[in-house]
Amino acid sequence: MEILVCVKRVPDTAENEIAVNKAGTDIDRDDLVYSVNEWDNYAVEEAIQIRDKVGGTVTVVSVGDDEAEEVVRREMAMGADNGLLLCDDAFTGSDGKGLATILKAAVEKGNYDLILTGAQADDGAGQVGGLLAAMLDWPYASLVNLVEIIDDKKIKVGREIAGGNQEMNEMDLPCVLSIQTGINEPRYVGIRGIRKVASVEIPVKGAADLGLVADAAGKAGAKVNRLDYFVPELGEGAEMLEGSTEEIIEKLVEILKAKGGIK
Amino acid sequence: MAQQIFAYILHKDGLVDDSAQELIVAARKLDPEAAVTAVVGGAGEQLAQACQQAAAIYPEVWKIDNPALAYINAEVIRPMLARIIPAGAITLVPHEHFGMDLAPGLSIKLNAAYLPDVVGFEGVEGGRLKAVREEFSGQVSTHVNFDLSGGAVITVRPGAFQPQEGQAAGGQVVDKSGEAGAAEPRRRYLETVAAEVGDVDITKSEILVSVGRGIEDQDNLELIHELAEAVGGEVSCSRPIVDAKWLEKARQVGTSGQTVKPKVYLALGISGSFQHMGGIKGAPFMVAVNKNPKAPIFQSADVGVVADILEFVPELTEKIKESR
Repeated sequence: MEILVCVKRVPDTAENEIAVNKAGTDIDRDDLVYSVNEWDNYAVEEAIQIRDKVGGTVTVVSVGDDEAEEVVRREMAMGADNGLLLCDDAFTGSDGKGLATILKAAVEKGNYDLILTGAQADDGAGQVGGLLAAMLDWPYASLVNLVEIIDDKKIKVGREIAGGNQEMNEMDLPCVLSIQTGINEPRYVGIRGIRKVASVEIPVKGAADLGLVADAAGKAGAKVNRLDYFVPELGEGAEMLEGSTEEIIEKLVEILKAKGGIK
Repeated sequence: MAQQIFAYILHKDGLVDDSAQELIVAARKLDPEAAVTAVVGGAGEQLAQACQQAAAIYPEVWKIDNPALAYINAEVIRPMLARIIPAGAITLVPHEHFGMDLAPGLSIKLNAAYLPDVVGFEGVEGGRLKAVREEFSGQVSTHVNFDLSGGAVITVRPGAFQPQEGQAAGGQVVDKSGEAGAAEPRRRYLETVAAEVGDVDITKSEILVSVGRGIEDQDNLELIHELAEAVGGEVSCSRPIVDAKWLEKARQVGTSGQTVKPKVYLALGISGSFQHMGGIKGAPFMVAVNKNPKAPIFQSADVGVVADILEFVPELTEKIKESR
């Protein structure tokens, strides 16, 4: 099975508080810690597990700048066979459709049976997998939390639906799946693993290599453009308890007792 | 604007989803004059019931009746929708597990632009919509400029638009099943596997001590169990704790977990994503403790404390034990 996994380098929300910069044009990117998008990491782990069961290769692809390379390399250290970086000034400012267009061009240069993406990334859109599948005219399933390979023509796929229930489907290959967190336990990548792939050459392809015309992606082709970042004023919010820890706890215990929070 | 607007209606067991009421409010916000058409897919009697309810909300309801839609499958209905929705129209879809499955691909098949997970509309000017989205699990919001002049598919976050009372539409149901065409399923529904029932039913608890990513390590969960015992509540959690397999799925609060309705909800180290908040009903008294003062949970909580739960919780537990 030839598997392609699409990954994105994002600010790590477990490590950072995300704030808006002074001008409101972006988030404050000083001192941000970046990592691979959490959902994508599960997708890479799933691809590796499938390959280990049925054979084949796992290729990790990212659309981004030079810095995205570190993320591709990290996922290769997990055990992916190949990396691919799609990088071009013309890709800057792409909306979801632009990204899917770039990825589609890369998919068509390969011979993949299965494409995995994370269910969503930092912008919470959850769109690239579904857009890509439709562009390729391949079947799609979102929020996937189980994959079983039946044979080289079809797979069994579980989707996470409401209330913790799981919707089971049979799907034809090739197809695109967006992977939900919790599907597996992504393996730890140690410094040794990173070192092993440190000198591996990761091919970089631009718009011309992919046969993309100028406005196929990037700002020129985008129908969605971000205007600003802001933090909404949503009413009063919580009454914030202040003072020393001791004072806060005293107040809180009082409040909990009054509200029935201590039985 | 004069673009036709369609609203995709979710329904289950013959009942339309709350989002049916929300989407018409969203549509009117896009264009107060628009004739908004509901689209409902399904099969048989349950579909007929859903269409009747939709017709009480929308002036026109398009029905797609096909046995292949008895269990709704995005892969099956997407090509059908693409055949009946005219070019240039705007289609609104709820942003939940089915909408996320259907909508991105539908935009491609309709050759329309796509805008996911919108929480607000701020007006249309010259074919461009100004809309509000959230990023980074709701830590920041953005305004986006969206070109809907050539047609659009927009997913709308459940709960973002408040339904309006008393808008009996008396709409007519139009059968579009023939025009929608046959099913050609490349993804076939097999069955639904019900969520595992754990040894605890958090949906019945009056006091929930709920823990999130801020707990950092499985060993630290002991602190939460001790607090839950001290207050006489049950331990629940947000998604990352279940993903890490530190607690069983039956304890997860959220749209993909349990829907709870306690009297008091303690959110400890939980950022407060909309998926998590979607699982909390009945407006409990909510206390949030989080070391990030900008965590969205503080917008929903009644009382907030900015603190590291690893330090704060043991002290709180101690004090509660003393005060008994």
